[in-house]
Amino acid sequence: MPLIEAKNLSKSYGAIRAVHAVSFTVDRGEVVGFLGPNGAGKSTTMKMLTGHLRADEGVAVIAGFDVADQAVQAKQHLGYSPEGAPAYGEMTVREFLRFAADLRGLTDPAESVRKTLELCRLNEVAAQTIDTLSKGYRMRVGFAQAVIHDPEVLILDEPTDGLDPNQKFEVRRILKEMAARKAVIVSTHILEEVGELCTRVIVIAKGEVRCDESRDKFLARGTDLNAVFRQLTA
Amino acid sequence: MSSSEKSPSPGLKPFTAMVRREFAGYFRTPLAYVFLAVFNAFAVSLAFFVGGLYESGIASLDRFFLYHPWLWAFLAPAAGARLWAEERRQGTIELLLTWPITVWQAALGKFLAAWLFLACALLMTVPVALTVGWLGDPDWGVIIAGYTGSLLCAGACLGIAAIASALTRSQVIAFVTGFLACFILVLVGYGVFDELLAGLIGSAGVDEIRRLGLWRNLEPFTLGLVDVRPIAYFLSVAFAGLGLSTIIVERR
Repeated sequence: MPLIEAKNLSKSYGAIRAVHAVSFTVDRGEVVGFLGPNGAGKSTTMKMLTGHLRADEGVAVIAGFDVADQAVQAKQHLGYSPEGAPAYGEMTVREFLRFAADLRGLTDPAESVRKTLELCRLNEVAAQTIDTLSKGYRMRVGFAQAVIHDPEVLILDEPTDGLDPNQKFEVRRILKEMAARKAVIVSTHILEEVGELCTRVIVIAKGEVRCDESRDKFLARGTDLNAVFRQLTA
Repeated sequence: MSSSEKSPSPGLKPFTAMVRREFAGYFRTPLAYVFLAVFNAFAVSLAFFVGGLYESGIASLDRFFLYHPWLWAFLAPAAGARLWAEERRQGTIELLLTWPITVWQAALGKFLAAWLFLACALLMTVPVALTVGWLGDPDWGVIIAGYTGSLLCAGACLGIAAIASALTRSQVIAFVTGFLACFILVLVGYGVFDELLAGLIGSAGVDEIRRLGLWRNLEPFTLGLVDVRPIAYFLSVAFAGLGLSTIIVERR
């Protein structure tokens, strides 16, 4: 059974068709790079998969649970970091993660927080309020709340956006460490990330899937990935 | 890696976590203390200087509660403005709605925390009651009924504030619209719109409309009359507001 299933997802905002009949599945062990220009429908698709947006048509299934009808069960198996990694700025990192753990009803929330702080290398800022953190740390906090319950499905909307090369390396390292046991979707417009991180690539443009293939096949399309990207999304 | 074990049934844990966070959230900013100070200052000074609580020479708090609909109309929207508007502004609503808690649980948790905060403000005015008790020999049953009524009135105003907050990402807009809606409910009770309404719906309906005023419903409590109708009125406004705001958030 695939851990993520998108079946014919469509969404319009008024007259604007944001996503049209998008379908794909993601199995355990796969890291799917979700590529596309700004406004292509990446975030909208992710929001429908996570149950944040109701799809106009189609079904999103997480770990076998329909996100519309079995929302709570689906969300228990899901870790999601929205674009820009929003968090309650007035809370400290530790308080925020503890809240996430409690809200998820974890059996040993204190231990989950401890392990997650360590995994995401957040110990040194654990007592700081999130508002005072640098962008790199903020993104990691967003990532930390998404993995605190060790979910089977991980959906990350531009987790490396605005990070410096060292911070990007760090996020990719953590992702690789846990990728084998999960189904992961990472949206990005940094093409270099595909080679380093992903096992598969889905390119989306104007709300439609333009290409869905393995990393190697995608990389074999040409040496200039920017040109490949332009051609696919034209 | 973190524990992947999830308790089979998390029960009330997520809900209580929600209430705790929201309640503590009020005290994370200086605004909460400003709020409590303003509420107290106005509650006490209105009762003594405008209502003439001391000069009246009567050991009763009805002149103190007389101004509570005004206070709540102003301060419940101030406390309730952040309920959803702040989640939208920070973008955290997207987290909250993708965590395994239903919108109803989240909304109820937020609402109860806010109501609890207003209850704290009200509790801080207990010295007024003690002063009256020291000066004279009040009927404590009546005072307790008054406090109960005031708390219910606060809940009704908070219900309206919750709707205002669910509609916008700006706390200022949420506060102003919430305040205006509550303000109308205060004025209705004083018959300010009587002529206007009589022209629109005929004089027979005017009295029915006036029953919807906040003071009309609070007044019996301050006289020690705990009646079903005003209780039902306050609770219906509170829960209608809670329900409607939840539907707005769900349907966004």
